[in-house]
Amino acid sequence: MHMTGITTGAVCVYPNRVAECKKALKELQATEIPIASVATGFPTGQVPLKTRIEEIELAVMDGASEIDIVINRQYALQGNWQGVYDEVQRMKVACGDAQMKTIIAAGDLGTMANVYKASMVCMMAGADFIKTSTGKESVNATLPIGLVMVRAIRKYHQMTGFKVGFKPAGGIRSAKDACTWMSLMKEELGDDWLNAQLFRIGASGLLTDIERQIFHHVTGRYAAGYEMPMS
Amino acid sequence: MPYGPAPEADNVVKAWINDHGGSFGHFINNEWIKPEGRKTYQTKNPSTGQVLATTIQGEETDVDQAVSASRKAYDSWSKTPGHIRARHLYSIARHIQKHMRLMSVVESMDNGKTFRESRDCDVPIVVRHFYHHAGWAQLMDTEMRGWKSIGVVGAIVPWNFPLMLLTWKLAPALAMGNTVVLKPATYTRLSALLLAEICAEAGLPPGVFNVVTGNGAMGSQLATHPDVDKVAFTGSTEVGQKLRRAVAGTGKKLSLELGGKSPVVVFESADLDSAVEGIVDAIWFNQGQVCSAGSKILVQEPVKDQLIMKLKDRLKHLRVGDSLDKTMDMAAIVDESQKKSIEEYVQHARGEGAEVYQATGCFPESGCFYPPTLITNVQTVSKVVREEIFGPVAVLLPFRTAKEAISLANNTNYGLAGSVWTENIGLALEVSLNIKAGTVWVNCHNLFDAAAGFGGYKESGYGRDGGKEGLFEYTRPSWEERLRPEVGEIDYKTFGSTVQQRPTMGNAPITEIPVDGIKMPGIDRTYKMYYGGAQKRPDAPYSRAIYGADGQVFGHVGEGNRKDVRNAVEVAHNAAPGWGKRAAHNRAQIVYYMAENLEIRRNEFAERICKLTGGKLGEGLEEVDLAIHRLFHWGAYCDKYGGTIQETTLYGATMKIHEPVGVIGMACPDEYPLLGFVSLFAPAVIRGNCVVIVPSEKHPLLALDLYQIFDTSDLPGGVVNILTGDRDHITKYLTEHQDIQSMWYFGSAEGSKFVEYTSAVNVKRTWVSYGYKRNWPDREEGQGEEFLYQSVQCKNIWVPMGDIFAN
Repeated sequence: MHMTGITTGAVCVYPNRVAECKKALKELQATEIPIASVATGFPTGQVPLKTRIEEIELAVMDGASEIDIVINRQYALQGNWQGVYDEVQRMKVACGDAQMKTIIAAGDLGTMANVYKASMVCMMAGADFIKTSTGKESVNATLPIGLVMVRAIRKYHQMTGFKVGFKPAGGIRSAKDACTWMSLMKEELGDDWLNAQLFRIGASGLLTDIERQIFHHVTGRYAAGYEMPMS
Repeated sequence: MPYGPAPEADNVVKAWINDHGGSFGHFINNEWIKPEGRKTYQTKNPSTGQVLATTIQGEETDVDQAVSASRKAYDSWSKTPGHIRARHLYSIARHIQKHMRLMSVVESMDNGKTFRESRDCDVPIVVRHFYHHAGWAQLMDTEMRGWKSIGVVGAIVPWNFPLMLLTWKLAPALAMGNTVVLKPATYTRLSALLLAEICAEAGLPPGVFNVVTGNGAMGSQLATHPDVDKVAFTGSTEVGQKLRRAVAGTGKKLSLELGGKSPVVVFESADLDSAVEGIVDAIWFNQGQVCSAGSKILVQEPVKDQLIMKLKDRLKHLRVGDSLDKTMDMAAIVDESQKKSIEEYVQHARGEGAEVYQATGCFPESGCFYPPTLITNVQTVSKVVREEIFGPVAVLLPFRTAKEAISLANNTNYGLAGSVWTENIGLALEVSLNIKAGTVWVNCHNLFDAAAGFGGYKESGYGRDGGKEGLFEYTRPSWEERLRPEVGEIDYKTFGSTVQQRPTMGNAPITEIPVDGIKMPGIDRTYKMYYGGAQKRPDAPYSRAIYGADGQVFGHVGEGNRKDVRNAVEVAHNAAPGWGKRAAHNRAQIVYYMAENLEIRRNEFAERICKLTGGKLGEGLEEVDLAIHRLFHWGAYCDKYGGTIQETTLYGATMKIHEPVGVIGMACPDEYPLLGFVSLFAPAVIRGNCVVIVPSEKHPLLALDLYQIFDTSDLPGGVVNILTGDRDHITKYLTEHQDIQSMWYFGSAEGSKFVEYTSAVNVKRTWVSYGYKRNWPDREEGQGEEFLYQSVQCKNIWVPMGDIFAN
């Protein structure tokens, strides 16, 4: 696979492991792979704003070039969208040059209308990516949620010209699922969104199945899961 | 990153065709029949132009053979217990599931539709239909008490959903104990033949389901075959009208599911992105070759430009290609001639200066394809706005208010379906109820299910496919035998056109009343007609003498003519919207009040009946009492027949609403002059219809005596309108009136034939007696469920849910 130049979009770790990760990638001579870090009291965000901001700053300082933040669900469910906006904007400032992905935690938001509003508010506050979920909610990346979010991205692009990326996370475990999500991107947003700059899938369990499908493609035989190295 | 090809294999279908030597005959009595010397028709794959197989063009003797097989099978099938029939239908459903892939591929290859649709829509709906109707066979004894099978059903179906639409006829027909002879459309015969073979495999007895292939003329032979008791048709309005005329007066039942120009009403409160996908389902599903296609998009002005932009954007990546490629959004048009017709429509629109937008992400170089098309900048007079194109072509018009949207939606001869797009549920329901169509989808389009009847208003036909409402198309009241009236040729131009016209001078009744020993002439009583809540003189004041049983003139009534019909229909329509919207409780109060007021005059009415008909007083009293009873019966039904919730596969609510039919013309029988009149107007009126009714021609005075009762019972003007005179003369103008929605005729066999024949022009519903004199006092004959069936039309409103998720 080295010859194809295909890599993972990023390595995603907790802030505490960013420095370690950076060291490991250097040893592997894979420094081109970005390090993403979940910050801001992941997954619940239930820590003071001051702490959340500091967490971002520390992760960036340690070498994270992408930060996944979580929005304030209490504000969202209270309809305090101004509050959500203000916090995300401050986080964006804290990210500096690092890319900011905003996790809207769709499974906690109760309605599709809230999913849409949260997506819009995050984009307006400077999100480079919007992301479905932490993977810890009871419902994560479902296609209906994804559809609402990518349509918000489309609308935002039409209004402002900015292309915001999309990252479904949680529950995508098979290569077939991944293809479905890719066709969603292609149909709703177009080919521009079919690359790592604007589309990521957050799913550590997916890699093995992709490898199995490639195995099948090459050999014509279906692989057993244990034949693939654990990821 | 482009899509790769994802072809579905055709080898099994080819093997099936090869097993038959590439050539198919009829399927009669569970056997392949290939008579000598028949012309053939080569069926092609529209995507590739490749010849698939040869089928035969049947002749009249083939129809005879199939009908006689069906008639023979009917003797035992109709007596087969419901539970056994249920087992058969269940077995058919199971066997179709075993052959699902084969059926889907055959359907796509023969029709040209995408495999995605035949696999995910057509065939699953077919399976669901058989399971659902297995249930109706099981429950017929309890749920359809008072109804029985009809006999041999001649089914004629079109090419757009060959298998699905034939199933919509076959499943209810078999469930209710009928046998079927089917004529599939010329372009698409293979799936019907395959299904027949599968039904035989599933153990369906010989003759219960037969397939004959042939041209349109053979279809007419099937329809008019004396041993066919019911014709079930789906297809164009033009052919539907022909069939209506062909079987007029024969005593055959007929249901027609015809064309449409269904509106898609998009409000500014709609989720526009969802509406765009809904429009894809509405007009680009099956290449727009769908009778319920949402071909007329009506969009509220504030979001018009946005919607057009989004639609154009969407069209850019619709993919058109081979029907067996699973990544295609659209595939082939059924035949070059159909494609040509579509092209002509679009060219016509261009000629009128309309803006025609066509774009696709992929479009094949060869094969019978037409790109998805959006036409804007069109006027309400444009041909493309008024006519059914039956292709992937949508027109778009703006509107400003909901009221204007409703007017535009209903500004069509059709009334098959429609959809309403808004996040405001109150608005959605209100508009749904105001669209005159058999199906209205809220925030979706083109959903079908066996548990919800599908069928039209106006020139989209009558009768329903699916749901309990659909079963009435394949049953008749248990007491009733099919009549086969022997009516010769009728001159439809002259029938009823003139009335007996001679002066009535000299036969005026002389009444004298003694007052204080002095004889005084009685005060002259002039019976008038009654419409719009007022007594009216005839347009041309001629009188008709009415004789008592003693042969003496008893009184005079007005001689109604076409102007009186015109006036009465006009006021009936003025009254209809208000009457339909009245609370059911209020309508009930009025009808009970009529009964109350009639009872006060019980003796007077009874004596009048006796004087006119010559019966004994006891008989007169009995008729009055029955009329009072009947008013109570129908008064009771005012608020107990509004509809039901259908248990479809939709996550949401599918509501069946029993809507009024509209303005109904009625011609009463001579027998039971009071009871007959009450038995007819009451069920119609309680269900919100307005009526223009011709009372007994011989004894009209009882009905005219009732208008005082109507007035004192607070019946709003225009709800019941009474025209007196010559039954057939007034019937002629009622039946020919384009704004009468149904005609009930209880008179001669000739008149019945005339009504059925003439009704074809605007496809109005009819209910005729074929000369049979009903036993009106009988509970079933005089107030059975069929009166309700005739008084309502079913609308199914689909309201999806899906707002709640996760926490």
